[in-house]
Amino acid sequence: MELSTQAEISAEIAEAQRVADGTRGHPDRGFLPYRSSALRHPKQTLVRADPEEIELVSPVYGHGDVAAEESDLTIQHAGQPLGERIIVTGFVLDGEGRPVRNQLIEVWQANSGGRYVHKRDQHPAPLDPNFTGAGRMITGDDGSYRFVSIKPGPYPWKNHRNAWRPAHIHFSLFGTQFVQRLVTQMYFPGDPLFPLDPIMQSISEQSARDRLVATYDHEVTQPEWATGYRWNIVLTGSKSTRMEQEGDDR
Amino acid sequence: MTELKQTPSQTVGPFFGYALPFDGDNELLPPHAPGTVQLHGIVYDGAGVPVPDAIIELWQADAAGAPVAKRGSLHRDGYAFTGFGRCSTNGWGEYSFTTVKPGAMGPVSAPYVLVTVFARGLLHHLFTRAYFADEATNETDPFLASLGDRASTLVAAVDPDGYRFDIRLQGDDETVFIDFGMDAVG
Repeated sequence: MELSTQAEISAEIAEAQRVADGTRGHPDRGFLPYRSSALRHPKQTLVRADPEEIELVSPVYGHGDVAAEESDLTIQHAGQPLGERIIVTGFVLDGEGRPVRNQLIEVWQANSGGRYVHKRDQHPAPLDPNFTGAGRMITGDDGSYRFVSIKPGPYPWKNHRNAWRPAHIHFSLFGTQFVQRLVTQMYFPGDPLFPLDPIMQSISEQSARDRLVATYDHEVTQPEWATGYRWNIVLTGSKSTRMEQEGDDR
Repeated sequence: MTELKQTPSQTVGPFFGYALPFDGDNELLPPHAPGTVQLHGIVYDGAGVPVPDAIIELWQADAAGAPVAKRGSLHRDGYAFTGFGRCSTNGWGEYSFTTVKPGAMGPVSAPYVLVTVFARGLLHHLFTRAYFADEATNETDPFLASLGDRASTLVAAVDPDGYRFDIRLQGDDETVFIDFGMDAVG
């Protein structure tokens, strides 16, 4: 099958966003400019259910679950990885601004050349023997997290011809309720690939997309060591009670 | 206080395989431990093709129907049952967990495990529940009853290895996926 051009994908993105329900915040699962979504999204409406007791709690983690080197992706091998050393930090909060404490964060990313260690990554950029690109951390009592890494490169893929993902770091997060579970991607400010990327643009609202973009923070930057980025993550809880108050007629 | 806005989801992508799996991730208890069952199945896309790059999570109560608040979900000691498990699908789209059948959480509720599906191509994970075909309370469970004919997509069949729970992301017999009031985030 012939691949679409970027111009065709960009036109599809514009049309899909025009007709989208811009209030949803999350991506539309059936966002067809992202070709892989076509056969992998449900066509039936999701069924509303109030969470039961099990769904309102999460697995218990603690600081003993991760070793120090898991939050520094630059010290996992004998030598220093190539690329621009970065510090990424922020808070994981719930919708009321309360910290999500002692919860697991998992991160993974490409190296500075835009290549993943994963064996199915065919991008002909060099692997870095000193960089794997996977880390873990546990949030502090204030919901904070921090890790050291290398700024990932943009990554070419085969969604369409000349398709490039903006540089990003994958995040997996647990809230205090399992229903707050979130897997997402953090982006870097000012990336010219944002408007071209059907994965980021699957979020129809600009203000919601902006919530995935870290900010450069010179207070986080450390002299002669690493530049700093700040990114806060919000995991809101189930809205079941309020929906009932609003007269939801399920 | 103003409510903070939810951080949007993005796909898990194709390359989670060196980051999310961990030793013993799909063994909530070791295989062949007393009382364990295998819960397994295949993830299919809308063309009926198995999905080889999905990752499934299990979250469940213990055999008495109570949530477990115990450390040890990431580092398995072979004894502690925490109720959490994770399994990447293989090249045939198959996943498999060793676990215990949970107890029910209420007098008319049927026991179930919460199943979360992540995959390349899936921009926002999906929640569903796996119930067990040999439970009489399936008949009285209010949530299952509300689903009509589609309830069967949530009932894991008894098979020689334990329970078989296939997940169909789209198409005929599409699995019922659940919105816990989280899907629209404002």
